Amino acid sequence: MLSKKQARAFFLGGTAVTFLIFIGLTVFSLSAAQDQTHRENLSEQAIRGKNIWEKNNCMGCHTILGEGAYYAPELTKVIERRGEGYVKAVLMSPVPWQPNGRKMVAYKMSESDADDMIAFFKWIGNIDLNGFERVVSPLAKTKNN
Amino acid sequence: MKYKSQKVAYWFFALSMLLLVLQITYGFIMGFARIGFDGLHEFIPFNTARAVHTNLLVVWLLSGFMGAAYYIIPEEAQNELVSVKLAYVQLISLAVVGVIAIIGFHFNYWEGRKFLEIPRPLDYLVVVNVLLFLGIILLTLFKGKRRTTTALVLSMGLLFAALLYLPGMLQFDSQTMDSFFRWWVVHLWVEGVWELIMGGILSFLLIKLTGVDREVIEKWLYVIVGLTFLSGILGTGHHYYYIGVNKIWIIVGGIFSALEPLAFLAMALFAVNMYRKGEKKHPNKIALYWTIGSAIVSFVGAGLLGFAHTIPQTNIYTHGTLVTAMHGHLAFWGAYAMIVLAIISYALPNLTGRKMFDSSRGRMAFWMSNIGMVGMTVAFGVAGVAQVYLERKMKMDFMLVQNEISVHFIVLVTCATLFTTGIILYILEFIKHGTPSDEALETKE
Repeated sequence: MLSKKQARAFFLGGTAVTFLIFIGLTVFSLSAAQDQTHRENLSEQAIRGKNIWEKNNCMGCHTILGEGAYYAPELTKVIERRGEGYVKAVLMSPVPWQPNGRKMVAYKMSESDADDMIAFFKWIGNIDLNGFERVVSPLAKTKNN
Repeated sequence: MKYKSQKVAYWFFALSMLLLVLQITYGFIMGFARIGFDGLHEFIPFNTARAVHTNLLVVWLLSGFMGAAYYIIPEEAQNELVSVKLAYVQLISLAVVGVIAIIGFHFNYWEGRKFLEIPRPLDYLVVVNVLLFLGIILLTLFKGKRRTTTALVLSMGLLFAALLYLPGMLQFDSQTMDSFFRWWVVHLWVEGVWELIMGGILSFLLIKLTGVDREVIEKWLYVIVGLTFLSGILGTGHHYYYIGVNKIWIIVGGIFSALEPLAFLAMALFAVNMYRKGEKKHPNKIALYWTIGSAIVSFVGAGLLGFAHTIPQTNIYTHGTLVTAMHGHLAFWGAYAMIVLAIISYALPNLTGRKMFDSSRGRMAFWMSNIGMVGMTVAFGVAGVAQVYLERKMKMDFMLVQNEISVHFIVLVTCATLFTTGIILYILEFIKHGTPSDEALETKE
């Protein structure tokens, strides 16, 4: 039967080994050669867009890369799905946008802020998501068939 | 209680109860908004309610864990806390940071990063607060007459939880990188070091409530926390399947996530077996309900539902849907909320001297809150699965799907009402116990 000493060795040893593997995999998957995000295309404008995204806690309703609050649509492929004009109109709207009755906060963004957000969404839309992009893309049906 | 300084735990538990009520209130705001009753949208839009709901969850659980530590460590170390005054300073500063953060969320003072919405300037205050807490706990342990495995595992969990808060404070330009390191905090907390805290509290409660030999219980504690880290660390990979990083995580995350239920299964078997082995003499039956309940419900919520959701072939469809909310609610409830309610139920009669061990109100609180939470989980689950099929498979528009599934939120709010009634009964029991008293101090024979 397992002794307390052996149980402690199992805990400490198992933790150390898996932690080292975890760090190794992190370094590997975040290395430049494994990049799937096209980080070379991450412009100043897109970064400003990300800051606006965070400042307004858009993730508190929407999802992006599948992460958020499931109250409002997934925005990973929003430019492909809706087009720039529609997205800009929503962001700049002076009154709450409410498709099918569910209200969005009226952010009344300036044109330049809205352009920054578009740049952010465009960069997000080009990330290789290991197949998830096909699930949330409007073209998914044709691609799957 | 055995040490006067343990009394400080009561006030952490009281803060927990207050924040829990607020958390539930904001949950209702969200539930009603999903049905279409969003009259508060102007003042409390959904993203505010959501940030308050999840952050209050974290803060009330942390307050509960801290209270648990202030209660358990003196007893395990056989020593008074090194400074009761500083413990009260830490309590007040925790409450102040929490209140500023919650008010700030209503005025766009936040960071839009799921679960980590507290803005960075406040993050530094959190760090100072946690360092003060750890200082008190670790010094008490260091100066104590004995160092038990239970105390060490609990303290290790609290220490790692503090350290793991730091990656969440890093700033990245890339959403993928941001997300990657955000999960270092959130996942490695809830599916890693928080389980150490849970294991430590569970072990303490089982030693006290079942009377089984400490050596036996602590041996299995090592095995369980070993299984937790063995599966949980690499299980972080299930958050990396579809956020724009290498496919290696689909393989590694898939395998190790499948192993994660083992730790919870071991915990459930461990708790039930220790109960069966024990003398069953302890009069505090309510604490026993919550303790064994926590081990079992966490296996279902965190273990089984987590497993179902993180199989890569399923997750490609369920990722970013209400299925996550289904798993999240029962997992947090079983693993962390119930263990905090267990330690409160155990500690309260000892702190106040009122031995209200087996009241019908206490039992009603247990059953109503649990049945309510299971009902909420089912409602989220049905809504989530319907969402997956309609939106992800049938390619229906998001809002059309939301309108189709809004009926499940009527069920959700109904079950949440039952759940809340249970929690109100629990809090009534808490209030009935009164405040801690020196008369409750056990005299040493």
